[in-house]
Amino acid sequence: MFRWFGFVNYTPYTRVADFASWLKDGWLMGSRCRGCGATSFPPRADCAECMGRTFDFVAISGRAVLHSFTEIVASPSGFHAQAPYTLGLVDLEEGGRALAGFGDTVEPATIAIGMPLQLVPSILEDSEEIKVLYRLERPGTEWSRVGSIAAGERVAPRLAATPEEARR
Amino acid sequence: MASTSSRPRAGSGERVGIVGLGHTVFGRRTDATVQELAFEAFAAALADAGLARDAIEASVIAAVPEYHTQRSIAGAVNDYLGLTPRPTLLVEAACASGSAAMRQAWLAIQAGVHEVVAVIGCQKMTELPTEQILSLMGRAGDVQWESSFGTTFPGYYALFAHRHMHEHGTKREHMLDVAVKNHHYGALNPLAMFRKEITREKAAASEVVASPLQVFDCCANADGAVCVILAAGSRARGLRQAPVWIAGMGTASDSISVLRRPSLTGLPSAERAAAEAYAMAGVGPRDIQVAEVHDCFTIAEIMAYEDLGFCARGEGGPFIAERRSYVGGTVAVNVDGGLKAKGHPIAATGVSMTYEIARQLRGECGERQVPGAGLGLTHNVGGIGQYTYVQVLARE
Repeated sequence: MFRWFGFVNYTPYTRVADFASWLKDGWLMGSRCRGCGATSFPPRADCAECMGRTFDFVAISGRAVLHSFTEIVASPSGFHAQAPYTLGLVDLEEGGRALAGFGDTVEPATIAIGMPLQLVPSILEDSEEIKVLYRLERPGTEWSRVGSIAAGERVAPRLAATPEEARR
Repeated sequence: MASTSSRPRAGSGERVGIVGLGHTVFGRRTDATVQELAFEAFAAALADAGLARDAIEASVIAAVPEYHTQRSIAGAVNDYLGLTPRPTLLVEAACASGSAAMRQAWLAIQAGVHEVVAVIGCQKMTELPTEQILSLMGRAGDVQWESSFGTTFPGYYALFAHRHMHEHGTKREHMLDVAVKNHHYGALNPLAMFRKEITREKAAASEVVASPLQVFDCCANADGAVCVILAAGSRARGLRQAPVWIAGMGTASDSISVLRRPSLTGLPSAERAAAEAYAMAGVGPRDIQVAEVHDCFTIAEIMAYEDLGFCARGEGGPFIAERRSYVGGTVAVNVDGGLKAKGHPIAATGVSMTYEIARQLRGECGERQVPGAGLGLTHNVGGIGQYTYVQVLARE
């Protein structure tokens, strides 16, 4: 149910839709290509390295370092109630990047490039629809089962990874 | 990153000359439809070239369609210009659409398919409210993994700005100095949207848009149209104007996503496009006397100095602080006001850059003329460098 992902979701249908289901249960999942082993976060269904079209979800630790940030004051449609808000771009320990907002455990005045952070799954409670996302929090912040699957552990997709599998 | 197997070469055909130029005033154009703006630029370009409309064999239209209520905009513009039944098409590469259209026309002439082609960049942006434009532009990033967190286009360049400051010691004052320069020249350009000088203090007092970028770091959405008529070498001579030649053209792409950009201190597509354009023209960055670079935000102009080789990586801040991009400096940059002061009707911008360099090389720019300009460059960026186009233009 990828339409659960993000404050505003523009892409409800994707072959990595299970990412949002895992996230709702507290897992941060990247992808690993079954053909060549290349990993990616965010996950991707189709391998950029070997053109392979099958993958497994792989748990990541969420440990990260801030690469850059910005406080958005002039906000786009759908985000006025939140503005101003700060977005951070992080380099993840296992490779890959994430862009996300900051959670309550990070004091805005302390935000600085190079600071260690933790990417943590989050469910929006004050929404009528289910909305799940991840936020940047102080290192060590845990939610639900983050970290209880060892980083790098493979988990097969819950749904068919390819249309061919779906037809079987 | 994938390696390229073959290097583009200048075509086997004739040189391509710029023979006609037309440009509307940029700004809030509540007086005209997008077709009417295109007509204004097209008629001016025909008059400049001394050509009748019948001489135009095809049109290439640059417009970013989501800002217009009229669908199928190339057909609508081509029709209003009275160019039917000649071939036309829309070229879109975000804010680099204008230069992308130039390249398509250049390719058609190089291939020998056409001899005289009109390139028209046209855009009406002010019919949409700013917040909707922010939303549309924010979605020029990755909508699956970025836009859902409330990204904006200024926000993306703000990420570059903070990282450039962190790695290279670039200062806010350097960025504001870019705005001061571009407003200085915009004040001298009758086609510019903003024709007022500003001070660094005024820029520093403006509202924050996406930190560290403030209002005066950002170009303005605008309406406008520009037409450039291109002709094969044999047809380019003997017209009303001495042709300006396309000596080099380079282009490259990159990821649309900051999640897949190892470095946020420059645009690799710009470095690659510039290297290709310089090689085709047989020149280097030190030969360029006047340049139009894509200053959608002040930090973008600082990165452009570095990506184009006008200065070393990390030295873009001091480059503007030492006024080396003013007329009389190392290379005159954006002396028409740039996107910052001239305004940015997104698909018209690339064609406007070519217009300004051609006028400079023809020696027609009055108070902001770069004395003796014989070699110029344009640098037109789509998004955060998912497309970059670089042209080297030369006088006879």
